[in-house]
This record gives sequence, structure tokens and C-alpha cells, in this order.
Amino acid sequence: MVNTPRSHWLAGGALALTLALGLAVPPAALAQDKFIVVASTTSTEQSGLFKHLLPAFKAKSGIDVRVVAQGTGQALATARKGDADVVFVHDRVAEQKFVEEGFGIDRREVMYNDFVIVGPKADPAKIAGSKDAIDALKKIAASAAPFTSRGDKSGTHAAELRYWKQADIDPQAGKGTWYRETGSGMGPTLNTASAMGAYAFTDRGTWLSFKNRGELAIAVEGDNKLFNQYGVMLVNPAKHPHVKKELGQAFIDWITSPDGQAAIAGYKIEGQQLFFPNYQPVRG
Amino acid sequence: MEEISQSMGLAMGLVRQLDQTLLAIAGLSLKVSGVAVLAASLLALPLGAWLALARFPGRQVVIAVLNGMMGLPPVVVGLLIYLLLSRAGPLGSLGILFTPAAMMIAQAVLILPIIAALSRQVIDDAWSEYREQLLSLNATRWQCMRALLWDLRFTLLTAVLAGFGRAIAEVGAVMIVGGNIDGVTRVMTTAIALETSKGDLPLALALGVVLIALVIAINTAAQLMKSYSMRRHG
Repeated sequence: MVNTPRSHWLAGGALALTLALGLAVPPAALAQDKFIVVASTTSTEQSGLFKHLLPAFKAKSGIDVRVVAQGTGQALATARKGDADVVFVHDRVAEQKFVEEGFGIDRREVMYNDFVIVGPKADPAKIAGSKDAIDALKKIAASAAPFTSRGDKSGTHAAELRYWKQADIDPQAGKGTWYRETGSGMGPTLNTASAMGAYAFTDRGTWLSFKNRGELAIAVEGDNKLFNQYGVMLVNPAKHPHVKKELGQAFIDWITSPDGQAAIAGYKIEGQQLFFPNYQPVRG
Repeated sequence: MEEISQSMGLAMGLVRQLDQTLLAIAGLSLKVSGVAVLAASLLALPLGAWLALARFPGRQVVIAVLNGMMGLPPVVVGLLIYLLLSRAGPLGSLGILFTPAAMMIAQAVLILPIIAALSRQVIDDAWSEYREQLLSLNATRWQCMRALLWDLRFTLLTAVLAGFGRAIAEVGAVMIVGGNIDGVTRVMTTAIALETSKGDLPLALALGVVLIALVIAINTAAQLMKSYSMRRHG
């Protein structure tokens, strides 16, 4: 007496669920069949670069680009699973590993920007105006001035850790006192730094478009070591057959073309250029 | 405090200008959470009714687990659905990760236990009150379930609205399975998270004010509908 009605209910419910989802899905899926998914970083998305580039690419190719903005580590993981067609990130070491493992092909270096160290205007570590990033990190550690780190395996986090290593300092030793890992994106980390008057390591693009600066200002910039290279690559269709090879390649070809490179150079905030195109044919 | 008053002004401005981007984002929020609540209700209400009337060993355990699942962390649900829908996962061939459909599934899973557990409690209480009466009419278990669901529809609406509130307010699940793609999967909550990341706190809060106003408007509409039909049909 109980069994049959229950299975009816369940069957009816399951059917309704399928119907409801079915009704909701096609418009989105069909309306824009020419699209690719690009796994990229928060720095490119939040600085507004993609909003500037994508309409130009769409006008040229008719292809919609859906950007999933994550940290470099997460973006590469997304692509490893085959959930993106193109990767556009900034961690040369991790990118080369990604290509060597066979997940990515045709890696090209597209553009660069630079990192800066920002900090409170009171400048407890006395580093403001310095051009030596390594020396500045040493002074921050020595004075135990608060420092907020991404701590999220992003490209910026990987770079920050490389500089600590060059300074011969293990920041983990300062964990719980002056070294604070936020485990989040660049923006949230800058929000934290701003709220507690801490130093932070950031890419210039995110910094320029960041609004909640409070007492923060650039402390260290202009060190040649603070160079930040972005690379683009296609997710290997041999590993993931559903990758939209032609459309993805069209994006990579465009962004490394004179048109694409000029579009990158043309993006400015308050008159300042954020990214510098540097694609060289036959590289990477 | 200055930022909060600034946000109020911004929120008013956004609504007054009927900002196109805002309309699209708010519309997607409503669509995703609306479909999720519909799908979840269609499963959860019968499930709640069945669980209220059925007697089997371990029923108390099932109820306790269901009640506990009301507190499912959105980020965990998001992660699970992500792994299922990823190209490398069992449902990868559907290719719906980073689409609104994936967000609907995640929210439906998230709120199904809420609607089921709340409706189970409501129906359970009514069942102990009307059991004798319904059984004396020789009603089958199936008819009892239907009668209770229909009689309690106004009370059950609150359970459904609770599910809707949870769905439209969560950010953890939709961020992971939707990817917060501009113009495709960006909803109110992920837009708020993004503006917070960009340090534009007044705009983030303004979007929050719009979201809260939207949810209150929907609940008010439901309340009005409820009292109108209660007056008409008793």
C-alpha cells in the first residue's frame, strides 16, 4: 500500500526535476554555441583587462570568451581536469610543468606587468622608496612588521615565496605573529592588509584597480626582479578531446597578433598602462 | 559609517537607473534560485510527507540525518557537484560545468534537505492530530499524504520560502560550479564577492542592499498571495 505511491511520487519528482532543468538549460547553451572557457587569474579579470580585450576579440572572431578567474594554481587544476579550453596565467615554472606533463600545448608568452610591495604609510619597516625587493623583505622580517600573504598557491603567492627564499628567510617561522596567510585572492588580501596596516606583495594591475586602499601606498617598486610574465596555452586536445581546439587557437593567435598586443598595450587606468605586451614568435 | 550611507545612495541609484547589468545579474539570480527551489520542492515535499507518515526501523536516524543536512555547507555541496560535473568526473560528458544549469543543481541539492526536513515536521504534527479522522474515512496512505500536503499548503509555503532564501543568499556553491563568468554565471552573491575583492566596498554593499530588497519583495508577494487565497478558500 505504501510502496507504489511512493515510487510514483519519486518518479514524478525526478521527471519534474529533469524537465525543470531541461527547460532552463537550452537557452543558455544554444544561444552562444561559439564560446570558449578560459581559466585565468584574478589579476587579469579584476584589473579589468578582459573587459577591455574581449569585446575586440569578439568583434573580430564572433567567439565569446567565458573567463573563470581563479588563482594560477587553481586555474591550472581546472584545466588539468579538462574544464577549460585555454589557460592564461602567470607562473612560468608551473606553466612549464603543465606543458611537460602533456596537459597544455603551444605555450606562448603574451605580456608582463610587475609586482610591487605595498605597505602602510607609517612604514614601520622603513622600506618606502626602496628599489631592492629582497632587502625590503629582510627588513620586514627583521622588524616583524605585519605582512599579509595570499597563501593560496596562486602565481603571485609562488612569486612572493621565491623572493623570501632569495632573501634567505622562512616566513613560516613568523606565522601567527607577523606573517599572515589569508588563503584568498589578491583583493581580499589587500583588504586585510588595508584593515590591519600590513605590508603585502601584489601585482601592479590589481593594485591600480583596487579601491579600498586606506592607509596603504606603494613602498617598493622598480626592482628588475619584480617582473611578472603571463603565458597563454591551449589545453591539450589529445588529453581532453572535447577541448575546442580551433576556437581556443583562434584566441591564442589573436592575443599574440599585432592587434591583440596593441589592445593589451592600450589598456590604461588613470593614464597608467597596466600590462606590457611582449610576445616573441618562436619562443616558449 | 560613511561607506554604509554611501552604499544606500548607490543602491538607490542602481535601482532608479534600472542598470542593465544589474537587471541581468538579478534576473539570473532569480532564475537559478527559482528553478532550484522548484526542482527541490517537487522532490522534497513528497519526501517530507512520506517520511512523516511512514514507520520503519531507523526512521529516527533518517530524520536526524535529514535535519542535520539542513546545515550542509554550500562550499562542500559546490565542491561535490563540481567533481561530479567536471570533465574528469562521472557526469563530465554533459559539459554543463560553469553554466547556470550546474548552479541550479548545486542549489537544489543544498536546499532539498531544508524543505524536506521542515515539511516533514509540519506534516508529522498534523498527522498525529488528524490520523484517526483520516483513517476512519478509510483513506489510503497515499490519499492521506495528498490530503495533508494540500491542507498544509500555506504552512508548507514557509518551508519553500526558507529554501529559496538559502538558495539566493549562498555564494560558496555557485562560485565553484558557476565560475562567476561575466554575463553567463555571475549572480548577485558572486558579484558582491567580486566587488569586495576589488575593494569597492560601497558598491558591494549596495548590491547587497538590492539583493535583500529583492528577497523581501518576493516574500511579501508570497505573503500577500497566501492571505488572499486563505480569505477566498478558507
